[in-house]
Amino acid sequence: MADTPIPLEVRNIRKRFGNNEVLKGLSLQAHKGDVITLIGASGSGKSTFLRCMNLLEQPDDGELIVHGESVLFKDTKHGREPANQKQVVRMRAKLSMVFQSFNLWSHMTLLENVIEAPVHVLKQPRHEAIEYARQLLERVGLAERADYYPSQLSGGQQQRGAIARALAMDPEVMLFDEPTSALDPELVGDVLKVMRDLAEEGRTMIVVTHEMAFARDVSSQVIYLHQGLVEEAGAPQDVLGNPKSDRLKQFLAPKH
Amino acid sequence: MIDLQGYGPRLFQGALLTIEVAGLSLLLAVILGLLTASAKMSRNWFLHRIGTLYTTIIRGVPDLVMMFLLFFGAQVGLNMITDWMYEQFGWDLYVEINSFVAGVITIGLIFGAYMGETFRGAFLAVDRGQIEAGRAYGMTHGQVFRRIRFPQMMRHALPGLSNNWMVLLKTTALVSIIGLSDMVRVAEEASKATHQPFVFLTIVAVIYLAIASVSEWGFARLQKRYSVGFTGGDE
Repeated sequence: MADTPIPLEVRNIRKRFGNNEVLKGLSLQAHKGDVITLIGASGSGKSTFLRCMNLLEQPDDGELIVHGESVLFKDTKHGREPANQKQVVRMRAKLSMVFQSFNLWSHMTLLENVIEAPVHVLKQPRHEAIEYARQLLERVGLAERADYYPSQLSGGQQQRGAIARALAMDPEVMLFDEPTSALDPELVGDVLKVMRDLAEEGRTMIVVTHEMAFARDVSSQVIYLHQGLVEEAGAPQDVLGNPKSDRLKQFLAPKH
Repeated sequence: MIDLQGYGPRLFQGALLTIEVAGLSLLLAVILGLLTASAKMSRNWFLHRIGTLYTTIIRGVPDLVMMFLLFFGAQVGLNMITDWMYEQFGWDLYVEINSFVAGVITIGLIFGAYMGETFRGAFLAVDRGQIEAGRAYGMTHGQVFRRIRFPQMMRHALPGLSNNWMVLLKTTALVSIIGLSDMVRVAEEASKATHQPFVFLTIVAVIYLAIASVSEWGFARLQKRYSVGFTGGDE
């Protein structure tokens, strides 16, 4: 397997907002089929870390290597920015993101949402994109809802639709930014089930979540962040089953 | 039956001219408005200042003064340049400012500033997550603009745009003072010749009202189109 480049590697990412350094040098390697969950209290930097991976936030320092290609940066008066927009577009197309607030495009139907980037970014023929989109919607249980607008769907349906949109890109890595945090409790299960299926079929996923059961059962690696640093990382049975630091113990303790 | 005393065809011509001036001014105003909104939202300090300066000047100077300034002022300026060229090099480049062009440019400039404010507010009303999703899926800035920001912005901009258009339409009456035979000027001439100002001005008022009603219907349809997929009370 030495020939195939690993899907995503980040090295020593740093990020500050004003005087507040929120990421203090974070690294991660996502090999094919890995499911990496990032956990931590709010403010630990886990979402910012994830957003740095597809450059929705610009890291102030560190390296980003997508499928063997290192992202080039340059220094501008606004700070460090990607040097080559074409490269950014290319790398983003390989990393699909699923957002906490779904962010399906509200002026498009579900089907139009799913084919949008394949047609306009990947330049797939429209009819092929539609065919594939219908399969994906079927898969996430929304075949009947293809022509609905996001506002006509429940949160859980929207999030499953957003996962179909992400899958339509055939991404190297899927990034999930707290995908169930904005959902009513009874809708969380359907979304998690879809994510479990994706993990089982060998998708490479990086998931920011508060769902400890998901982290324990599905992930190959759990990373616990505290104040912009990795406090503990490893296999879920070790990190979650046998936490070493007091902070993690406290974080995992049932809250009553 | 109303007796137009032979002024019917000229009034009709005048109405067409009004529509032409209004339509072209609207086009110019929309383009300037989009540019101004982009400039004012830009993080480039210079563009931002230019945009602000433009809207400040336009909003502070009366439309009539602007019209005179652009028509007569620009002519004086141009004459000075062409005179100087004639003296220096013997080139005779005398250019006369066309009142149609001057009218369209003035009205376009005035309403470009108002449109700029309308568009800026509308762009800012688009949810950031919508734009982020576009970027996250590898769209270029241009694609995010065309496919997401513009259509979503239009929903917020249309009520203001429609309002600006109605005011713009009525502002076209100003071109009659720089010598264009729009319907107001024709009506004025007809009134003087026939001593029946009430008849002709009423006709003009009705024509304005008709154009306004048709455009209101058009804007309602546009609003419906750009509201697709949105729920809420402001559709």
